[in-house]
Amino acid sequence: MTNDWLFIGIFLLLAPVFPALALVIPRLIAPRKPNPLKSQTYECGIETVGDTWVQFRVQYYIFALVFLIFDVETVFLFPWAVAFGQLPLFAVMEGVLFILILVAGLMYAWRKGVLEWF
Amino acid sequence: MGDPVTLIAQWLNGLLSGWGLAPGLVTLILIVIGVVVLATIALVIDIFMVWLERKFVARFQDRIGPNRLGPFGLVQPLADVIKLLIKEDITPFGADKIVYNIAPIMALATVLLLWAVLPFSATTYGTNLNVGVLYIVAVGAISTLGIIMAGWSSNNKYALIGAFRTVAQMVSYEVPMVIALLVPVILARSMGLKDIVDEQVIWFIVAAPIAAILVFVTNIAELGRAPFDLVEAESEIVAGFHIEYTGMKFGLFYAGELLHALTIGGIFSALFLGGWRGPGAETYPILGIFWFFLKMFFMYWVIAWVKYTFPRIRIDQMLNFNWKFLTPLALVVLVVTAILDKVLPHEPLWVYSLGMLAANLVIAWVTLQILRSRARKERQRVAEPGPIARPPEANPSTTQASTTPQV
Repeated sequence: MTNDWLFIGIFLLLAPVFPALALVIPRLIAPRKPNPLKSQTYECGIETVGDTWVQFRVQYYIFALVFLIFDVETVFLFPWAVAFGQLPLFAVMEGVLFILILVAGLMYAWRKGVLEWF
Repeated sequence: MGDPVTLIAQWLNGLLSGWGLAPGLVTLILIVIGVVVLATIALVIDIFMVWLERKFVARFQDRIGPNRLGPFGLVQPLADVIKLLIKEDITPFGADKIVYNIAPIMALATVLLLWAVLPFSATTYGTNLNVGVLYIVAVGAISTLGIIMAGWSSNNKYALIGAFRTVAQMVSYEVPMVIALLVPVILARSMGLKDIVDEQVIWFIVAAPIAAILVFVTNIAELGRAPFDLVEAESEIVAGFHIEYTGMKFGLFYAGELLHALTIGGIFSALFLGGWRGPGAETYPILGIFWFFLKMFFMYWVIAWVKYTFPRIRIDQMLNFNWKFLTPLALVVLVVTAILDKVLPHEPLWVYSLGMLAANLVIAWVTLQILRSRARKERQRVAEPGPIARPPEANPSTTQASTTPQV
C-alpha cells in the first residue's frame, strides 16, 4: 500500500526528467541565432495588433460550472461503486436517487439554454 | 516456468540485500529501477510510434509511407529525432518563458505517468493503485492543463483560440467519461486496474458495450484527435496550441499525443478487453504481456482508423454531442447497470453478463429510435421552406409589386 504510493511519488519525480532531458540536449547542440524578425509571433504575415491575453468568453465559465457540478458528483459516486458488493438494495437506490437529482439539474440547465453555443 | 520479470526482481533484491543494504533502501532502489525501465520502454515505443502512425496514415490514404531508411523505413523515426534535436529553438517574442517551456514537458510527463498503473500481465505492472481509475482521470486532467499552458503562454491569438477550445472540449468530455468509467468499477467492485482485469473472466465489453463505446469516444475527445481535433484545426487556427513551438518542444507535444493514444488503447483494453487475458496467459504470465500489447496496438489502430475516417466537427456540434447525447446516455447506462447488478443472479457468470448485454441492447435500440425520430423532425424542418427561405414567386403580391426585372 505505502509502496504503491512510493512508486507513484518516484514516478512523479522522474517522469518530467525524461522530456526535460530532451529539451536540454538541443540547448547544447542546436544553433541559436535569434533575431527580432524570426521571433515574431506567427499570424498572417503582418505584425500582431493588440494584446493577446484577452478575456475568456463568459460561455466557457457556464460550461465550467456545469462540469464542476458533475465532476464533484462522480467523485462521490466512486466510493459508492467500489463498495457496491456490500451495499443493500436500499443504498443502491439512494445512489440512483442522487444521480436522478443531478439529471434534474442537467434538464434545468438544458431548458434554461445554458448548453447552447452561440 | 517462472515469470522473468519477477525472477529479475527477486535476483536484484537478493543481490542488493547481499551487499548489506537496509531493506527499505533495497525497496527504494528497486522502485527507481522499475520506474526508469518502464519510462524508457514507453519512450522507445513512442519513437517507433511515429513510424507506425505514418505507416497507418499512408495505408489509410492508399500510399506506401516511409520506406527508404532501413527495412520498411524503420530507421526513419530515429532520423526525425536527430533532425528535431539539432533544429533551432525559437521562443516567440513576448512569450511567458517559464510556462512556455514547462508546457511540453508536462504534455509528455503526464502520459508517462499513466503507464504506472497499466497492468501488462498478471505479475508485471507498475503498481496496482487502489484508486487506479481515479488516478487515470486525474492525470488526464493534468495533460489538459499542459495544452492550456502552451496556448496561453505562446503570445499568439491562434494558440489562444486553441487553448479556449481545449478548455471547452476537455472539460465537457470529462463528464461522460467519468460517469462511463463508473460502470466497469461497479462490475469489478474495485478501482485498481489489475483488480478490474482479474475480475474479467468474461470481458466487460460483453456486459457493458455502451459504456465501452462511451469511454472510447470520450477518450478520443480528451486526446484531441480527429474528429475532435478542433483544438489544433489546421484549416481554421493553423495549428492551435502548438503553433509557436519548434524543434524538440513541438516533438514532445507530438510524441505525447501519440503515446497518449497508445496509452488510451491500453487503458481501454485493461478496462473492457480483459487486459492480459488470452490463451495460455494464466499458466505463462509472460504471454500476458504479449496479449496486452496486442490489444493495446489493436485499439491504437482503431483510434487511427477513426481519425482518418471522420471529418472534423464544429464546436457547437461538439458541445451538443457531449451534453445532449453522451452525458444523458452515460447516466442512463449507469443507473441501469447499478439496478440490474442487484437484480440479476451473479452465480453463473454468463447469465449475468448476457443479462447486462440484453439491457445494453435495449438501451441502444431505444436511443436509436429517439435519434431517428429527432432526425426525421429535423429533416422536415429543413425541407419545408421557412418565411425567409421562400422565393418571391411563391407570394403573388410581391411578384406584382416588383416592376423592375430581377437579375
